[in-house]
Amino acid sequence: MPPAAQLIDATKKYGAVEALKGISLDIEVGEVVAMLGPNGAGKTTSISLLLGLRKPTTGKALLLGLKPDDLNARSRVGVMLQESGIPSMLKVREIVDLFRSYYPKPMTRDRAIAMAGLEEKSNALVKELSGGQQQRLYFALAVCGDPDVLFLDEPTVGMDVEGRRSFIERIAEFIQMGRTVVLTTHYLEEADQLAKRVIVIDRGMVIADASPQEIKSRVAGKRVRFAAAALTEKDLEGLPVTASTIVQNTVQLLTNQPEAVLRELFRRGIEISDLEVSGADLEDAFISLTTHKATG
Amino acid sequence: MAVTTVHRASLAPMLRLQTWAEFLKLWRVPAFSVTSLFLPVMFYAFIGIGQSSQKIFPHVTFGAYFLGSMAVYAVANVMIFSFGISVATERGMKMDVLMRATPMPPLVYLLSKCITALFFAALTLAVLFPFAYIAGGVRLDASVWVTLASRVLLGSIPFIALGFAIGYLSGPNSAVAVINLIYLPTAFASGLFFPKQLLPSFIQSIAPYLPLHFFGQLGWDAVGAPTDGSVTTDWLYLAAYGVFFFLVALWAYRREESRKFS
Repeated sequence: MPPAAQLIDATKKYGAVEALKGISLDIEVGEVVAMLGPNGAGKTTSISLLLGLRKPTTGKALLLGLKPDDLNARSRVGVMLQESGIPSMLKVREIVDLFRSYYPKPMTRDRAIAMAGLEEKSNALVKELSGGQQQRLYFALAVCGDPDVLFLDEPTVGMDVEGRRSFIERIAEFIQMGRTVVLTTHYLEEADQLAKRVIVIDRGMVIADASPQEIKSRVAGKRVRFAAAALTEKDLEGLPVTASTIVQNTVQLLTNQPEAVLRELFRRGIEISDLEVSGADLEDAFISLTTHKATG
Repeated sequence: MAVTTVHRASLAPMLRLQTWAEFLKLWRVPAFSVTSLFLPVMFYAFIGIGQSSQKIFPHVTFGAYFLGSMAVYAVANVMIFSFGISVATERGMKMDVLMRATPMPPLVYLLSKCITALFFAALTLAVLFPFAYIAGGVRLDASVWVTLASRVLLGSIPFIALGFAIGYLSGPNSAVAVINLIYLPTAFASGLFFPKQLLPSFIQSIAPYLPLHFFGQLGWDAVGAPTDGSVTTDWLYLAAYGVFFFLVALWAYRREESRKFS
């Protein structure tokens, strides 16, 4: 059986901008994969290549072993894209029926609407839906064809905490059906909740491909920042940090064990001031992943 | 390897639902549906009725002549507006991106839009004809009504291509303005509202080359009014314009493809 989705040495240039710098990945049938990365990392471009919405500059993209724009492949694939529009003057049930007609063996209309939790909005016009409800409608359109492979590009973007939580449950429900799911996100937490495999993309390259547990252990959770006079890299050797930078007198460390780091610094008798410990944001997390790779 | 079984949705129900969706999209926008259905009738009421029984040619009343004008105006109006604005809006809202990722063939989308536009055009005639009959007292042979209807529907096809081209060339916010700037003046210049003889002379000199002029002649000839040249010539010019508009539309479509989907 061919992989559900495959990129082979794929690069993509938009003019002078190199969005993908050579990505190879195989997503097997039945896998649930999260593509994680900051904005502009190349996640959406990767998905666009896999769906045939964009063509790779070099290399190849395959969907279920076929060219991604092959209608036989697309007939088995459901898609939820970022920033795509749907006709605002159609009713929910009408547009669900329309999308069902595109697929050979769709689920019933009621089931698709129920999977998105839109039962009470079935008769509402698209333009009457709230942002979160529209997002769920996109989900209904993505699953209504009962697809073997489901692509979700940033499915929870713009949702509040509660909306995100319930939406993740709906995606999890679909995953229970044993289908292949490829989703992009910039929340590690979301990737952890849904996926068995996380592919981290940064600046157009795959920088990590592992289980969520492993990625989590490699990503620094905290940022420790302080000022210290005349400190060198040598003074920081052996500390449990994933990345360190020293700019003039300011030292920044990324770590999962801030207490241990501080204890060790004090034990070594290093004088510090302006101490600040904060949660690392995604940018920091990626710095620690990239440097991790660079140092082996 | 194994036999590749083709698992695709059948096209007939897809086309039916897509056409129904296209129809609802237009029908539920009063700015389009009300305007398309009632603007020609309104013009007919203002301009046509008052002097409807007056004979402008030995066998042709002004009522009948102006019916020919308005039938052409109404139908071309639907083609240009429904296509131009819906295509531009859908591009603006990036509906085309999601549609492209589905297994629906683009031809189904195009066909459904054409069928909807033709159906809408027929609807406008279904409003205009009885109005001209009742309020304008226009009496024509049954065969003349049929000829007029079928001619304007067939002759509207080049304007589908024009609407499509405008939809791909203009933005969602500018489409309405572009269409009004092109369509209304050429409708006037082609003599759909006033006899050409009343227009400024430089407009009179370009009028005989406008697509709506040839289309108008088909309408006037259908109700028995004399026209310049033969009907065959009108059809040929219209067909040539159709090919030209179609090529422009295709070029604009390809340009969009290479920007958005390559």
